[in-house]
Amino acid sequence: MTTNRRDFLTAAVTAAGAAMTPESHHTHDHDHQVVPSDPALRVKALESLLVEKGLVDRAALDALVDTYEHKIGPRNGARVVARAWVDPAYKSRLLADANDAIAEFGYVSRQGDRMVVLENTPKVHNMIVCTLCSCYPWAVLGLPPVWYKSAPYRSRSVIDPRGVLGEFGLDLLADVEVRVWDSTAELRYLVLPERPAGTEHLSEEQLAALVTRDSMVGVAKVSPPQPGVSS
Amino acid sequence: MNGIHDMGGMQDMGPIQYEKGEPVFHAQWESRVFAMFAATGAWRKWNLDAFRHTREVLPPDDYLRVSYYQQWFSGLLNLLVRRGLVTAAEIESGAPAPGTAKATPPLTPDKIPAALPNRIHAHRDVQVSPRFQAGQRVRARNINPVGHTRLPRYARGKFGMVDRNHGVFVFPDTNAHFLGEKPQHVYSVRFAARELWGQQASQKDSVYLDMWDDYLDPA
Repeated sequence: MTTNRRDFLTAAVTAAGAAMTPESHHTHDHDHQVVPSDPALRVKALESLLVEKGLVDRAALDALVDTYEHKIGPRNGARVVARAWVDPAYKSRLLADANDAIAEFGYVSRQGDRMVVLENTPKVHNMIVCTLCSCYPWAVLGLPPVWYKSAPYRSRSVIDPRGVLGEFGLDLLADVEVRVWDSTAELRYLVLPERPAGTEHLSEEQLAALVTRDSMVGVAKVSPPQPGVSS
Repeated sequence: MNGIHDMGGMQDMGPIQYEKGEPVFHAQWESRVFAMFAATGAWRKWNLDAFRHTREVLPPDDYLRVSYYQQWFSGLLNLLVRRGLVTAAEIESGAPAPGTAKATPPLTPDKIPAALPNRIHAHRDVQVSPRFQAGQRVRARNINPVGHTRLPRYARGKFGMVDRNHGVFVFPDTNAHFLGEKPQHVYSVRFAARELWGQQASQKDSVYLDMWDDYLDPA
């Protein structure tokens, strides 16, 4: 079974690879060409087939793309973080049961993806990785960036988190405890970054605008507002 | 499977390549692969564990060489054929086999807002006794299955402490191969960085892994 599966995949990937290098396309055995050579064409051909067979609804594909390109992204997580910063009761609920607390925004359902929120403090720094694949809290951060899914980040985050953070420009002091969360199951982690100093006067909405994706993965801190930019 | 995907702790993979202002998708075909995977998943012919395993069985050199959504595309083709939604001949010809009845797509645009927050479907509300309690010392089993597992090599045989119990979830090692859900408790287990990596690691640091009952022994 494994051999058959691998042969099939090899053919699929070989065809995909051939599309990246036009010269190999011409010498490639036609029998392995499972769909047209260009990845864009191959994908288009599969989509047409699935639509024709009634397996997918093209409007649903459009809606899914639109949702992840425009509606679900780090702004969701930023609103959760800002609420936790201004509302101590919300923060307690968020740390005790992230699903229920995030469900208040409608980003997850109470019975849906299992969320866990990890609080960063001056003494404890949490960061998230998925060494085995690319698990990431889509509901609050959207789809992961390429670096998160890449071999350098996945391989080194667990063995050298401080070195990795240094590459992101974050140099932690030796007395800070680093906790790396390897997402090996269906728990989805979100880091609650520290609220920067000098933001006491900001509204929840202004605070949310400061919160970055990277800070919620735990590879950056939230910077204070730039002087003169916010009121 | 002790494959290239299990890369936690490897070194010399190069610097992290950070792209400022990165788009959600780098090409339109990537977005269509993503959407097709999500939409065909609504047929419930496979699960996320099975999908992950399709990427793991890519030849290692391909795994490292091809882009993320090329891996997805391969996995999608694999599952569509293996789980009987599409035939290999149909993929080659690009057209439905003659005489095939047209199906009705389970995922329509109106269902998307409600479907997304329940995406993963791995938690189970069933009564299973936990084998471990928070605060208990445990040891990750030294297992080397040839199929799918979510117990990374770098943690096998290592001692840790149960941090918290997350409830009952399907077991990937069987679920990925359609051999049953085998629901069991999942825990966050804390491993001291020095237990995993030796004295070169900071004494203060740790790595938390999510572990199923079947990955652990009392210690």
